[in-house]
Amino acid sequence: MDWSPLWISLATSLLATAITLVAGLTAAVWRENRTGPGVALADGILLLPLVLPPTVVGFLLLLLFGRNGPLGHLLMKFGAVVVFSWPATIVAAAVVAFPLMYLTARGALEQVDPHILEAARTLGASEWRVLREVALPLAWPGVLAGLVLSFARALGEFGATLMFAGDIPGRTETIPLAIYFAVESGEMRRAFIWCGIDLAVSFLLLTALYRWTKARTPWRARWMSQDAA
Amino acid sequence: MPLEIEFQKSLREFTLDVSFHGGDEPLAVLGPSGSGKTMLLRVIAGLERPDRGRIALNGRVVFDAARHIHVPARERRVGVLFQHYALFPHRTARENIAFGLHQLALAEREARVKELAQRVHVTGLESRFPGELSGGEQQRVALARALAIQPEALLLDEALTALDTHLRSQVEQQLQETLDTFDGPALLVTHNIEEAYRLGRKLLVLTRGKIAAFGDKEEIFRHPPSVEVARLTGCKNFSRARAISSTEIEALDWGCRLRVPDVSGKTVNHVGIRAHHLDFVEAHDRTGANENVFPCWLARSSETPFRITLFLHLQTPPTSTTPPHLQAEVFKEKWARFRNSPLPWHIRLSPESLLLFPD
Repeated sequence: MDWSPLWISLATSLLATAITLVAGLTAAVWRENRTGPGVALADGILLLPLVLPPTVVGFLLLLLFGRNGPLGHLLMKFGAVVVFSWPATIVAAAVVAFPLMYLTARGALEQVDPHILEAARTLGASEWRVLREVALPLAWPGVLAGLVLSFARALGEFGATLMFAGDIPGRTETIPLAIYFAVESGEMRRAFIWCGIDLAVSFLLLTALYRWTKARTPWRARWMSQDAA
Repeated sequence: MPLEIEFQKSLREFTLDVSFHGGDEPLAVLGPSGSGKTMLLRVIAGLERPDRGRIALNGRVVFDAARHIHVPARERRVGVLFQHYALFPHRTARENIAFGLHQLALAEREARVKELAQRVHVTGLESRFPGELSGGEQQRVALARALAIQPEALLLDEALTALDTHLRSQVEQQLQETLDTFDGPALLVTHNIEEAYRLGRKLLVLTRGKIAAFGDKEEIFRHPPSVEVARLTGCKNFSRARAISSTEIEALDWGCRLRVPDVSGKTVNHVGIRAHHLDFVEAHDRTGANENVFPCWLARSSETPFRITLFLHLQTPPTSTTPPHLQAEVFKEKWARFRNSPLPWHIRLSPESLLLFPD
């Protein structure tokens, strides 16, 4: 059996999630304490991939990265073609997952008590230190939720990937694509196996992520139990 | 002066407009909620920017609108104790205290944390997270954290409000100790009259963003300059008034004439008296020509564990429609002596206890 869809799916989802984490957090931090028509417009654009059908996202990516698209044209100068290549699966998954990360990270940052951040400032901390040592650690449980959602979305990504990266076995064929084409060609057994693998991968990764967070935030359980008391 | 403050900042409901100079002694800022007292602290700490004015701490200008100076909070070195302490919940007590000391070498930092923990009596609790500390301990850790940066000034926002009553007096004494040893101006914001009196040496009364009184605390309590300040410093009894002669006024709402210390040349529009300054005169004392003594009837009462507040009606027995004229506060031991004597009782509004207001 050809295991490549598993490795492609894993690598794609993990890389896409990592990109989303950085981009989503950056956008959320940038968005904090900002108001105005420009911000509302930016918000709309950032959230667009959430409301558009994945096929539309894939099509737009094709236009953007295509031979005549602005980004595609630029990348051509460096000799890089993204369309119908493995990096395209990452771009598709990251774009589709981005709004989930951005929204949850924004919510988590807004939940942090502003007085705690102000306390850090009065103690001489730079904005960067406030963010890195106070805001992000406190927002971490929320950020993690975004991470989980993004990963799940990236792992399940189908429409945009098919449009933008195509189905090239061994290069762009992820698990969802493998399942689709297995069913289409009547290979039900293969479809079943991939479904099982998808289930196992999702479950294992989510459990690992949850454990890791709990180990990273020992203060939280105690803080919470005190509130409950 | 250690503290030179003069600024305006428009807020949603009013403009915070203050101007005062302060020394190294603790200054209590008293005001009702929403009077702008927390905003005053935030402006001094650099967390809010005023519209106009100038602020200098120990001679260093940290804000000057005319010269476009606005030193950000992180460079002001002002220690702030937030109302709910705002400790970093994900950091231990030690790490909280050390937060402002990260530029020091490890050994020196540890020594400083140890010394600070001793100073606020939290030794032994350094490895705990804020969630594992009691309210009083959290408050002390927050205080140590603020003191760690060797602040130019110390600002305390309702430092004791969040504590349970039984903890408050103990924590307050330790706070007093810290304030005594702190070398620099300290501002304590509170809405609690007794706390303001005990912890502050000077007093600033703020109402709707304006300074209603500023100065020596004893003086403000003894001679509040306005009805509002008197009310905020705990005076419960007020009546409209007009002068009849230089030594007599008529209290219109109380329906009586009162002998007063010389008021010639002064405007008197209101008179007030503190609830605990009302004197109950027992029958055998009433033989002499006692001035300002009036018959009174009890309308209702309200008890606390050791004291009782009596709501009284002067001159005539109370009816259901007229509100009581005065409230008197007496210790229960004293109350026990006359509670069973027949009405009317007699009450004395001694001339020295009367507060006279021009407004």
